[in-house]
Amino acid sequence: MPHNTVAVVGAAETTKLGVVPDMSQIQLHADAALNAMADCGLKPKDIDGVATAGETPVQTAHYLGITPTWVDGTSVGGCSFMIHVRHAAAAIEAGLAKTILVTHGESGRSGIGRGPRPVPASSLNGQFEQPFGPMGPPSLFPIPVLRYMKTYGVTHEQIAMVSVVQREWAGKNPRATFRDPITVEDVLSSRMIAYPFRLLQCCLVTDGGGALILTSADRAKDFPTKPVYILGTGESVETPMVSQMESFTSSRAFSVAGPTAFREAGITHKDVDHLMIYDAFAHLPLFGLEDLGFVPRGEAGRFIAERNTAPGAKLPLNTNGGGLSYMHSGMYGMYALQESVRQMRGTAPAQVPGAKISVCHGVGGMFAASGTIIFSNQKP
Amino acid sequence: MPEPGRALPQPTPETKHFWDGTQAGELRLQRCDECRHTYFPPRPFCPKCASRKVSVTKASGRAILDSYVIHHRKVPGFEPPYAIAVVKLAEGPRMMTNIVECAQTPEALQLDMPLEVVFEKQNDAITLPFFRPAKG
Repeated sequence: MPHNTVAVVGAAETTKLGVVPDMSQIQLHADAALNAMADCGLKPKDIDGVATAGETPVQTAHYLGITPTWVDGTSVGGCSFMIHVRHAAAAIEAGLAKTILVTHGESGRSGIGRGPRPVPASSLNGQFEQPFGPMGPPSLFPIPVLRYMKTYGVTHEQIAMVSVVQREWAGKNPRATFRDPITVEDVLSSRMIAYPFRLLQCCLVTDGGGALILTSADRAKDFPTKPVYILGTGESVETPMVSQMESFTSSRAFSVAGPTAFREAGITHKDVDHLMIYDAFAHLPLFGLEDLGFVPRGEAGRFIAERNTAPGAKLPLNTNGGGLSYMHSGMYGMYALQESVRQMRGTAPAQVPGAKISVCHGVGGMFAASGTIIFSNQKP
Repeated sequence: MPEPGRALPQPTPETKHFWDGTQAGELRLQRCDECRHTYFPPRPFCPKCASRKVSVTKASGRAILDSYVIHHRKVPGFEPPYAIAVVKLAEGPRMMTNIVECAQTPEALQLDMPLEVVFEKQNDAITLPFFRPAKG
């Protein structure tokens, strides 16, 4: 089903990003939502659909004073917001809601207004992974990397270039947390976190939020903002346990979500002007490029090392600096979506000239889930 | 006060056979009686064909090292650096484990190296399966 009848009309991040100890997590949601409503001239009474993760849609709707006819609390990690956009598009097409707000807020660094998230000892993760010493995503997400490297002969230096190139993009973005250029040597001499990955191959930990407002393409023309149309969407999930992935050289969830979105959009890779691939860790753009079919299997490391995704090159990737350099509150997907929308509006700090189609691909958990959204600034 | 140890599993009715097995010195998997698929983690039906006719089987304990990280941060019950590994069992399924009786270095931990299971009692209720370089 092509979602060519829905558009993003409001989009904004929180006023402050980075270290925001004066705001609780629910207020980060609200700050982003109020900014997105101001962006397109709406008030809470104009919103009839709410989707959110991290907080429940009950908390978000009540806090903002919204009475929804539709809610979505899909919470499958950082790509929840891509999946919210997909569900929102379907809901608008089905007439379940007219104007849907998708919010994210996360006090990832300061930990204000959020509780701990322990892994229950009786869960499958608690029984069959936690006893062997993981401590969160930095210890689990990179587990497939050595197998991927051995299978395709990918080098440490090639993977280090993911961080180097994204820092080049971050250097163009005044809101990026880290902007100073880095070298392959800097990456490979940074502090070891979980071999083979070092500090500069792991995402930031910051505070922030973002929100999107979607409505029908027909109504979009009445808004003050440039409509960003949704051409195609995809979603899938695989496993809550990284150890149980079908393959360590490919993500099944990526391989379902990405191609589904391309089919819905009816586009080919040649049509793509701008690409976001959620980069909580440096191997994710490699898996994303291959699972979405931008490069053949095993060639993503070389593709990035040869600067094909760098500023000025043919496939601009993670142009905000990504989770590695821009910001990463924990569930980064919303910031990738925001950058795609900025690129389609023509307002990104590192604007890709003339970009008409943007692909935004997200991951949730440790390859547990995936969502892909394809945007365009051209009315389908 | 003693330092807290590693996180330990809390078995459920569906996983009890596995944890009973490690206490008895057996690595127990499940196999579908209908489609013959051998699978892990435990559940009382086949994840491939949904049949409830499944049997518990004793695995050989042989595996190869599939992939791993060497963790450099402090975790209760562990002395970094230590490897968090995923092994591929001879019967097919993968499982997370630690590699013991082996240096925790990239040089010593070679992908595809043959491994064998060993059992280490943690307390009266829980014995964990680890893997060491195969001796035979």
